[in-house]
Amino acid sequence: MTATAPTAAPAAPDDRAAELGAELDRLRAEIVAARGADDARYIRTVIAVQRGLETGGRLALAVSLFPPAWCAGTAMLTTAKILENMELGHNVLHGQWDWMGDAAIHSTTWDWDFLTPADAWKHTHNHLHHAYTNVVGRDRDLGYTILRMSPEQPWHPVHLLQPLYAALLAPVFEWGIALYDLEADAVTAGRKSVRTLLRDIAGLARKAARQTAKDYVLFPLLAGPSALPCLLGNLAANSLRNIWAHTVIFCGHFPGDVQTFTEEQLQGESRGQWYLRQIQGSANIEGGFLFHVLTGNLSHQIEHHLFPDLPSNRYAELAPRVRQLCTRYGLPYVTGPLWRQYTSMWGRILRHALPSRLLPAHRDDPDKGFAAVVDDPLAAATASGTLH
Amino acid sequence: MPVPPLPFSPPLGGRLAGWGLGRAGRHVLAAASWLTGPLTSPSTLDDYLGLVDPLLSARHPAGRITAVRAEGPAAATLTIRPGRGWRGHRAGQYLPVGVEIDGVRHWRTYSITSPPGLPGGPVTLTVKADPRGLVSPHLVHRTPPGTVLRLGPAQGKFVLTRPLPARMLFVTAGSGITPVLGILRTLARGRTGGLDVVLLHSAPEPDQCLLRTELTGLASRSPWLRLHLIHTRTDGRLTPERIVALCPDWRRREAWVCGPAGLLDAAQRQWGAAGLRERLRIERFRLMPVLPPRAGAMGGRVRFDRSGIEADASPSDPLLVAGEKAGVALPYGCRIGVCHGCLVPLVDGRVRDLRTGKVHGEPGELIQTCVNAAAGRLVLDV
Repeated sequence: MTATAPTAAPAAPDDRAAELGAELDRLRAEIVAARGADDARYIRTVIAVQRGLETGGRLALAVSLFPPAWCAGTAMLTTAKILENMELGHNVLHGQWDWMGDAAIHSTTWDWDFLTPADAWKHTHNHLHHAYTNVVGRDRDLGYTILRMSPEQPWHPVHLLQPLYAALLAPVFEWGIALYDLEADAVTAGRKSVRTLLRDIAGLARKAARQTAKDYVLFPLLAGPSALPCLLGNLAANSLRNIWAHTVIFCGHFPGDVQTFTEEQLQGESRGQWYLRQIQGSANIEGGFLFHVLTGNLSHQIEHHLFPDLPSNRYAELAPRVRQLCTRYGLPYVTGPLWRQYTSMWGRILRHALPSRLLPAHRDDPDKGFAAVVDDPLAAATASGTLH
Repeated sequence: MPVPPLPFSPPLGGRLAGWGLGRAGRHVLAAASWLTGPLTSPSTLDDYLGLVDPLLSARHPAGRITAVRAEGPAAATLTIRPGRGWRGHRAGQYLPVGVEIDGVRHWRTYSITSPPGLPGGPVTLTVKADPRGLVSPHLVHRTPPGTVLRLGPAQGKFVLTRPLPARMLFVTAGSGITPVLGILRTLARGRTGGLDVVLLHSAPEPDQCLLRTELTGLASRSPWLRLHLIHTRTDGRLTPERIVALCPDWRRREAWVCGPAGLLDAAQRQWGAAGLRERLRIERFRLMPVLPPRAGAMGGRVRFDRSGIEADASPSDPLLVAGEKAGVALPYGCRIGVCHGCLVPLVDGRVRDLRTGKVHGEPGELIQTCVNAAAGRLVLDV
């Protein structure tokens, strides 16, 4: 930041956004240039640990009539499924490891132990959610089409029940994602043909049949006398993985301080403004190294949204630098420990279960109070002089 | 950057891999992979076996370097033990190898110099280090035994014809000798009665003649083979006139020619003029284009291979945009470099990342067309 003469007019917000964009582009280029053998070793280690844990878990559950084996097996399998889903599946499918040129660890060849087929998810997640993060009406991840997470979303009486179905969604989150990826709402809106929907349903059915048969039929049968505890162990592992994924993902976008946007704000949005929206539309969770690995580094949700295709092991070193940048530009950087983000997220689900007019002004409602400040934070920061 | 040496044989994997690569082991593993498919879905047993030893994976065939022999100061012969899933080769074919350098896998092809053997039997490659290149110096100077390479299927039509012709002529220059050495070794292993083979090989001078010892040794052991070594520093180039002078009955022989473009073009003209084009087989080595110093400034002509459309692309236009302007239906997603929904394989040429300015691209690499522009002439497989 250069010091400006007191008489100089503050830079226009568009220029500030462009500057911010240029700084973030430089950060990205720095990491791209530094990627190398250590990063490759990291992802291969995670893969080896995940497959080792999965093998260990399956073997222990095969003799799970013996209670300690059940506990150890379920714990190992749960951890393996969490790693497979988050640090591996989510991140590999983002293309974070495509730079290695390894056909075995590539977004075009990878598939995951999750009900939704990789291709369906790549479309709704990598494209719709990451390009239109938190834009009401465009980002379907904003409440996953069933929850009302912002005052701009119209209220229906059914939203009174949303705390209940948000809670019920957690243990069956993978089913929720799978059905959501079918985009049945796009068919009624005329954006998707019935034929495509039927093809997608067939694809999901095949994948779901394979994955459920594995956990709930084949492995229990192979466990012989331990069939029932093995089945329960697999059920527990899948449910715990679902609850964990649901928690991490909801805490990434729905804590109270995270912003939502309107489609008008997308008009002519520059790269800098896109970056700005990603920062305001995401929230981090604080924790240690293992915690970050188990969240698939989605605890660095802000960095992930700024640079979704950089390798996840690099987000931790980016985080303090992005945060510093936000401080310099007077931008919010939403972060906190898991318990705080979790309660804040639930507060938002509860609040928006009720129609907005029944609520007192709250600072995350852009149409009230805080709105003037957050609508254009760069302009606000420039006007209030925090940038100079 | 040097790659740390990998353990020659992983402690657990060694014996298991040895068994798994035998004839019986291969059948057992193939059956086990099929049977366990539903249990490992969406992965395969191979993904797990590959962690024990990469050679056990048939899904991503690999080979381990068991010996590296220097061939003078700037070349080396690598002996590679291929793993499960590599399907062997015919003499004269080349082998795509995937070499990992600082975390990134680079693919290059090298001619196989060993005769075809049993599955899992060793293959040898002789690699000449190109000082301007990345991969060949790495393979020659910085690759210890024990290193694992990914292997592609052996390819190429520069092979022996069946039934075997009695009279053959091989014309080679420089590293063009490598596929021919593989062919000659294969011939030497079979019945050589009635064979009449001439090899004209040119190299700058005796010291710089790649595989000279092997060639002279093979020629002295093989009465059916006549070897003429031409040293271009003293004797001048291997021209059509020299070919005719050294092998007057060239018209009556099946011919194989391998070497630099100039030699190949001359051979094509010579055999074409004699109306004997179908007797000539040539092998072109395509060298990676060397990066021009200021590639960032130029765009280039883009060919969309499958649709057959060609278009000029400006240096600032993403390939996706250039393609759409030309009426090519390209896959696309977010259009801002985020979703990787627009990946298209590069056939030839280089691209420039519009975000970093970096020029990159190797044949087969998947390109994000929405954030990469042409850096010179290029071909996309779409």
